[in-house]
Amino acid sequence: MRSLSPAQTVVKIVNEELIKTLGEPAKIDLSGEPPHVVMLVGLQGSGKTTTAAKLALQLRKHQQKPLLVAADTRRPAAIQQIQTLGNQLDIPVHSEGNTVPPPTICANAVKRASDGAYSVVLLDTAGRLHIDDELMRELEEVKTKANPQEVLLVVDAMTGQEAVRVADEFHKRVGLTGLILTKVDGDARGGAALSVRAVTGVPIKYMGVGEKTDALEQFFPERLASRILGMGDVLTLIEKAQATMDQEVAQKAAEKLLRAQFTFEDFLEQLQQIKKMGPLSQLLGMVPGLSQVTKDLPADVTDKQIKRVEAIINSMTREERQRPEVLNGSRRKRIALGSGTSVQEVNQLMSQFKQMQRMMQQLKSGRMRGILPNIPGLGL
Amino acid sequence: MVSFFRRPQQLKESLTKTRASFLTRLTSLVAKNEVNEEFWSGLEETLIGADVGVETTVALVDKLRVSAEKEHVRETTRVEEMLKEELRTILAQTTTVQQSPISNPSASLRTSLQSPRVVLIVGVNGSGKTTSIAKLTRYYQAQDKKVILAAADTFRAAAIEQLQVWGKRVGVDVVAHQPGADPGAVAFDAWQAAHARRADYLIVDTAGRLQTKFNLMKELEKIARVLQKNDPTAPHETLLVLDAVTGQNGLQQAREFKKATPLTGLILTKLDGTAKGGIVFAIAKELQVPIQFIGTGEGIDDWAEFDARELVEGLFE
Repeated sequence: MRSLSPAQTVVKIVNEELIKTLGEPAKIDLSGEPPHVVMLVGLQGSGKTTTAAKLALQLRKHQQKPLLVAADTRRPAAIQQIQTLGNQLDIPVHSEGNTVPPPTICANAVKRASDGAYSVVLLDTAGRLHIDDELMRELEEVKTKANPQEVLLVVDAMTGQEAVRVADEFHKRVGLTGLILTKVDGDARGGAALSVRAVTGVPIKYMGVGEKTDALEQFFPERLASRILGMGDVLTLIEKAQATMDQEVAQKAAEKLLRAQFTFEDFLEQLQQIKKMGPLSQLLGMVPGLSQVTKDLPADVTDKQIKRVEAIINSMTREERQRPEVLNGSRRKRIALGSGTSVQEVNQLMSQFKQMQRMMQQLKSGRMRGILPNIPGLGL
Repeated sequence: MVSFFRRPQQLKESLTKTRASFLTRLTSLVAKNEVNEEFWSGLEETLIGADVGVETTVALVDKLRVSAEKEHVRETTRVEEMLKEELRTILAQTTTVQQSPISNPSASLRTSLQSPRVVLIVGVNGSGKTTSIAKLTRYYQAQDKKVILAAADTFRAAAIEQLQVWGKRVGVDVVAHQPGADPGAVAFDAWQAAHARRADYLIVDTAGRLQTKFNLMKELEKIARVLQKNDPTAPHETLLVLDAVTGQNGLQQAREFKKATPLTGLILTKLDGTAKGGIVFAIAKELQVPIQFIGTGEGIDDWAEFDARELVEGLFE
């Protein structure tokens, strides 16, 4: 790696410090004799119930036998919500309606699991404000009665400055053992995680990254650090790419990209690879630098649009794909007719393509060199 | 290596200290009655600590500095007053633009004599949409208005049941389909029902969606479009529900939701905590979206029309 500019050095140091502050990736503690009791706490609307279901699903994938516990007796239909999720996932839910006090429900659930039928008991408690003394006391009682080995605070990634006080208060009252950051699939930078982690000193264990029940990821500090810094989540993207992309194709494309011999043929190949990876808008946001560029692009870069782009490229001759500079007016007209699009659309694609080539030139010229070595296939 | 971040323990102490000292520091600064660097940075910290955001804060404080120097203001209490005035002005701009039709139902009712007034409730997941709808219903009922609710959150598990429970508690009809049904179809049917039953208001609950989800944002446009098949002027109100605990992302939320469907106002929820909801200043400043209501607790009547003065005072408490 060549030497970094002063600005790059600062980013690098801040990045390293952020990673240190965010702490080691930690797994959920399932040591000792089952049943392991895991208690989820947090403010209203932070995502406890959804997270409980996601966690149960993930634990089952790891050969655990989870039991969900409907301990939110306050919010209307909270019990139905967890029961619906339990039914969807085929995970049993312990519920005693909304008249029994939550500490009793939780204690009963743990008792029910003690005969060996369940290995993990997940307590979904009601959302509450950290300053609501009565409800915080209820939480303390749940803790005493159910004796959880994990007390996880569920924190919305969009939380502002208040996160500090929330975390502090919950930690003081019930002694947190970990954090789960939710709604990370939004565009919040997630700086709240940093404050919460610093205040409590407990590790972040998972991140919720979508509404579906399998959208729960293990936490990796590097990724969140780069996100806080606004560098885009390179590692997640790479991992996603590795999982779905043909390594060799990607490698070839990456090499070409950097030599700026990027042709429409490569573009088409990439599009087809990208289609396998999921919604385009989500992917683009993860690319460093691109998150800026995509802001200027039309907002409706959808999978439908990919199809149109494909049609346009498919209507090009081989020569045109390899040497876009030959595309004069009459050729563009022919392509538009052939693909059922308009000349404007063909022009638009041309300019987007040029933009991409330019960006690759910038990459090559080392503006973002600091991150490049970390990307397999792009390492210089 | 230069350490940009202190170790957790130290950081923790300093954060708590900063927190506790915002007010005391500001009071002591005001008490010292000296407009100096320390005072200005104290002001800045107070505002940033209340989620007003760095950009808005710096712009505000700079502006104050200039006018304080020009007018030779030396009393800190005077500067604080000026700041509050400035903050109120930011919020007031939006309300004068809007002339808030929602809090003036008699006027608005005239414009749609036969059709129900349609209020579309939108927001990210967990912001408090359903609870706000229950409270808003009570608010209209207190004005002798008939309300019908549309359960157009067909996605989240038990969201329909949640609205139905609230509907029963406040005694209004809830129009619902099966989970997973098309939200547009629910809204359409609900409008028909509201029209037939001569309701004054139709409040449409929608699924929580993060503003980054392109397809879900498109769905909101569709719901509005479908409503317009019944009444081209619908929805008459589109209210974005914003959790007061939200930080700088609140601006992004308002921006994106406004793009998808023209917002007529905000509902600021969960102001019963210690969160200050300072992000609304950035929203008001950039997007000119007025705050219509605030939610102040879990009880059905913990609800109020928005008062700029109160919110501004709250920042300094």
